[in-house]
Amino acid sequence: MNVPVEFYLVLSTLLFFIGVYGFIVRKNLIGILMSIELILNAVNINFVVFNRFLFPEKLEGYMYGLFVIIVAAAETTVAIAIIINVYRNMKNIDVDSIKELKN
Amino acid sequence: MDYTVLLLAIPFLMFLLLGLVGQKLGPKMAGILGTAGLSVVTVLAYYVAYSYFLNKGLTLNGVLESAVNGDGSWKALTSFNFTWLDLSNANRPDLRIEIGMLFDPISVMMLVVITTVSLMVHIYSIGYMHGEEGFERYYSILSLFSFAMLGLVVATNIFQMYIFWELVGVSSFLLIGFYYKKPSAVKAAKKAFIVTRFADMFFLVGILILSYYTKTFSFEQINGDHAALVHTTMGGLTFMGCSVTAIALTLIFLGGAGKSAMFPFQIWLPDAMEGPTPSSALIHAATMVVAGVYLVARLFPVYFFEATSVLTFIAYVGAFTSLFAALIACTQTDIKRVLAFSTISQIAYMMVALGVSGYASAHEAGLGFTASMWHLFTHAMFKALLFMCAGAIIHAVHSNEMDDMGNMRKYLPITHWTFLIACFAIAGIPPFSGFFSKDEILTAAFESNMIIYVCQAFVAGLTAFYMFRLYFRIFWYNEPTFHHTPHEAPKSMTIPLIVLAAFTCVGGFIPFSEFITAESIGYEIEMNTTIATISVVVALIGIAIATFMYKKQNEWPDKVTAIFKNFYVWAYHRFYIDEVYLFITNKIIFGIICTFIAWFDRHIIDGFMNLLAWTTNLVSDETKEVQSGSVQQYAWVFIMGVVTIVALALYL
Repeated sequence: MNVPVEFYLVLSTLLFFIGVYGFIVRKNLIGILMSIELILNAVNINFVVFNRFLFPEKLEGYMYGLFVIIVAAAETTVAIAIIINVYRNMKNIDVDSIKELKN
Repeated sequence: MDYTVLLLAIPFLMFLLLGLVGQKLGPKMAGILGTAGLSVVTVLAYYVAYSYFLNKGLTLNGVLESAVNGDGSWKALTSFNFTWLDLSNANRPDLRIEIGMLFDPISVMMLVVITTVSLMVHIYSIGYMHGEEGFERYYSILSLFSFAMLGLVVATNIFQMYIFWELVGVSSFLLIGFYYKKPSAVKAAKKAFIVTRFADMFFLVGILILSYYTKTFSFEQINGDHAALVHTTMGGLTFMGCSVTAIALTLIFLGGAGKSAMFPFQIWLPDAMEGPTPSSALIHAATMVVAGVYLVARLFPVYFFEATSVLTFIAYVGAFTSLFAALIACTQTDIKRVLAFSTISQIAYMMVALGVSGYASAHEAGLGFTASMWHLFTHAMFKALLFMCAGAIIHAVHSNEMDDMGNMRKYLPITHWTFLIACFAIAGIPPFSGFFSKDEILTAAFESNMIIYVCQAFVAGLTAFYMFRLYFRIFWYNEPTFHHTPHEAPKSMTIPLIVLAAFTCVGGFIPFSEFITAESIGYEIEMNTTIATISVVVALIGIAIATFMYKKQNEWPDKVTAIFKNFYVWAYHRFYIDEVYLFITNKIIFGIICTFIAWFDRHIIDGFMNLLAWTTNLVSDETKEVQSGSVQQYAWVFIMGVVTIVALALYL
């Protein structure tokens, strides 16, 4: 079975724009965080796919995919810690209602 | 720079010391320090006068310089003269503002007058101001005034004079408003300051016109060689049909008229009596108010050689003012105001003398100049004396009104006798000082202009009348009910009275014409017996009328008032000049001109500014939504931007 490269790219594009859409319209911080993960994963798919189809004998694409996963994990950890703290202080994680620092 | 600088330095340092740490020193120490400082200055001034006039030589910077030129005329000496602000360039090599000390006959004479009266006032104030709140402040301002006045008279150039001119104005303002909790004192201080400042504006413009053409401020260069510099640089220049020199000198005279309370700037002086009485004696009777006379005398060669018409104008202004003020003085009931109007009248005498004066010493042509300076000297002494006596009387009865006084000669014997001496002096009875100086003024007027002479002779009679009216009303008349028995003033107050009375007795015998003349060459005055007799007779008539009307209470004052009913009311209200001023300022300037300017300011100027602000506000209101702070919105804009750029890159 040989899936053509276009299918992968369509998948990653869809994932990317779903992520962007979610980042823009979601009001819940956790939702925004999940959207960012979607965007990152869309990028990961691109790395891996281009590595597999264009330069099968090299490993840089895979390595970057792994690297992004690690960074994303770290980023998620920090973000969730922030969100928990925000929730503790404001009893709320809705971006529209967190405006105490404005003005 | 040598010991002469102490004349200015000591009062200035005393001002700083008493002003800054006076509260810590306490009133007693402040009074003693101030008086001691001024005593040193007085001794120095007398030493300078003694060496200049009698030894005819002054040791300056360690060198004995002769005070007379080869031809026997008095020489102006400069002890130091440093450049404070250099404005010179190739076109005007001499234009610089200097601060220095000039010693010539009139400035040395003024040093003696100022330090004597100021010292007497310092001593007198220890008693008079005893226990007053702000005693230290009072002494510090007195020191400031002494500094400023001494700086004014020794000025080497017209700009230095202007600087100190303003400084005396400030100290006068501070002393008039000394009782700053009293609204009337605050009002009087403001009035004095504004009126004199208004006149000073003319003075400044005059200085600038004069110096624009002559390209120097120095008196020596402007006056030198019969004002030749003014003649070569400004002679023949006209502006709108008037000689530029005449315009400049008239403007300078107007500045002097403001300080010397000449018509129409006389309105501030009577109100200035709100200040403490000793300060009135010093500033508003003896020294500051004669600054205008001094100014004209200082520039006399320029006036005489380049603007004779201005000199005639000065004579007429002086004659009118003296008559005007003397008439008002006859009707006032506040004793300090009577003295204030008498001061205006006497200063106007000095102006008249300058106005009718010639220049040369030969044949007594420059008699008016000498007489003016002489009268300045004698007037300073006897008028300060009169004010201090008035202070002693006010001190005793706690009122300025004549109605609260009467028959006080047995309660205040020293004040009574000294007051009487001063009255004789101002009325022009020989052998007191006023007789001699006033007689010379009348002689000078007689030889120059008959109208002015008749006017001044009449004013001499009025002077005798109103002064003796004052004298009899205070010391004779019926005894009113006193709140408590009046008592003679303490020694610190009576001693200055006696000293000044002594000056008044001997002031007439100083051979003034040997020392102070327009041409700087001494001459002998021969008394014109006809004129002397006339003026003495006129004075005696005045005194006789006053005696008749006011020695005992009788119906005559009321009868006379009834005859001149309207005139009396007008004179009592000072001919409504104050009201005219109020009308002009309130109704015309504030009411019409300022209303328009205010409308323009509010609607056009402010309107334009408001429009700018309103537009900015509107634009920012409309655009501030862009910066919402919402990351999601930014991300949306960012994404759309990327999409647009990509689309452009791909399809164009």
